Amino acid sequence: MANTQAMTTSFKVDLLNAVHAFNGTGVPAHTVSTADTFKAALYITTATMNASTTAYSATNEVSGTGYTAGGVTVTFGTAPSSTGTTSFLTPSASITYTTVTLSTSFDAMLLYNTTQSNKSVAVYTFTAQTVAAGTFSLTMPTNDATTGLLRIA
Amino acid sequence: MDESLLEKREGSLDNDNETTTWVEYWLTGELVHRSVHVQLKRAVVSFGETAEF
Repeated sequence: MANTQAMTTSFKVDLLNAVHAFNGTGVPAHTVSTADTFKAALYITTATMNASTTAYSATNEVSGTGYTAGGVTVTFGTAPSSTGTTSFLTPSASITYTTVTLSTSFDAMLLYNTTQSNKSVAVYTFTAQTVAAGTFSLTMPTNDATTGLLRIA
Repeated sequence: MDESLLEKREGSLDNDNETTTWVEYWLTGELVHRSVHVQLKRAVVSFGETAEF
C-alpha cells in the first residue's frame, strides 16, 4: 500500500454541492455564516490515503505521545480567492504538532472537514518521517494561483 | 542533564515536492529528540471541465 497526494474526488463533488465552507461569507447553502472547522491528521506509510479517501478515519493514523487522534485544527484566516481562472486557498498558519513522539514512519496528511461529517478535502504526501519528543510542522506555500495549497484551475 | 553530552545532528532534503529540514539530539547513542520541518511546494490542483452538448 502507498499514500498518494491528491485532491479527493468526493471533495470535488462536495464543492459543487456547497458542502464545505472555508469562509462564512457568500455560502448560501449553509444556514449560518460561519466557516467550517478543518483538521489535519497524519498517516503512517502503510496507509492508503488517496483520491478515493472520502472521510477521516483513524485506521493507520499515527499514534504516539502528544498526538491526539484526529490531528490538529487548521486555520483558514484568508477567504478563497482567484487569479485569472484559478481559484485558490491556503491555510493562514503552519500546521504544527508540538511535543510529540511519533515512532512509526508517516508520510501523509489528510485535510478534512470536521463540521461536515469529517469529509475529506485533500491528501498531501512528503518524505517519510519520525519525531522524537519534538515538533513536526508543515509550512504552507504562498497563497496564490501558482502555489496555493488548494487550487482549482 | 549535562547538555554538553548531547550530540546535535542536522539534515535536509529538497525536491520538487518539499523542502525538509530536521534536527536530532543524541545522548550516548540514543535519539532523545527529533524535530522535522516540512515546507510543502506542490499543491493539489483540480482542473474544472465542462462538457459539450
